[in-house]
Amino acid sequence: MKSLEELKAIREKMQGKIGYRSEDESQTRVIVGMATCGIASGARPVLNTLSDEVQKKGLTNIVVTQTGCIGLCQFEPIVEVLEPGKEKVTYVKMNPEKALEMLEQHLIRGHVLTKYTLNETTKL
Amino acid sequence: MMTEISLNILDVAENSTHAKASFVEITVCADTKADRLYVTIRDDGCGMNEEQLAHVEDPFFTTRTTRKVGLGVPFFKQAALSTGGSFHIDSKVNEGTVVYAEFVLDHIDRMPLGDINSTIYTLIQCHGDIDFRYVYRYDEREFILDTRQMKEILGGIPLDIPEVSEYIREYLSENKREVDGGVIL
Repeated sequence: MKSLEELKAIREKMQGKIGYRSEDESQTRVIVGMATCGIASGARPVLNTLSDEVQKKGLTNIVVTQTGCIGLCQFEPIVEVLEPGKEKVTYVKMNPEKALEMLEQHLIRGHVLTKYTLNETTKL
Repeated sequence: MMTEISLNILDVAENSTHAKASFVEITVCADTKADRLYVTIRDDGCGMNEEQLAHVEDPFFTTRTTRKVGLGVPFFKQAALSTGGSFHIDSKVNEGTVVYAEFVLDHIDRMPLGDINSTIYTLIQCHGDIDFRYVYRYDEREFILDTRQMKEILGGIPLDIPEVSEYIREYLSENKREVDGGVIL
């Protein structure tokens, strides 16, 4: 059994290294829909992929969070990107691969991936 | 329709977080002798009144305003009943809600438990302000993850920094494997 002892070691190691993360206005918010509709269409791996990758890359200016039903159930899994001072971008029918691509192109390089956004995919 | 019991658990536990719970307890218990899988989700959230409780299993009842159906609870109930199991909800306003589901393990219509570790991990990582107690039991063996204990040891270090996240993932997978011997439920 993995014990709680290891947590003490993490505490010793991290003590003093953790700055308080304030949710200030310069932060980008990435929001994943996690109601029944989102979960049933695969939001759990999308959310975990995004939050793990943001952690791994040390992107401290990005917060990955979740929300309930956005009201566009047929487009789930939905990921919304809210960058300060910019219009909200809504990505639809996401999966872990598309989410990683979006993170790389949009969140890191600043290019909105219009091929996955709501406006583009609803032009039928 | 959900494809895993663990997704139903995530969905129903999300209801607890929306009900302003500060503590959520999730129990997953497999009893191979009795051929049953028991799942309970208990919270100390705002609870439901009698009218809401009477309607909560009805798919065309929801408190949501974005649309007119609420399928989370009906999905979970259907998943349990279709195995010959049972489903029950108890709730009291200002005290909390308990959801019980019982599945017949061997029934051909029982969906797999699925990635339960991922469900617990998602809940812990996304709701830092809520405490979770997770009990996983397989016959006589069990393990418990309690975020209150973890927070006490960590003394202010958050659960969502990479080192702690990694620890939680390993804690879940190693201990689950030790409890159920790696069986796929």
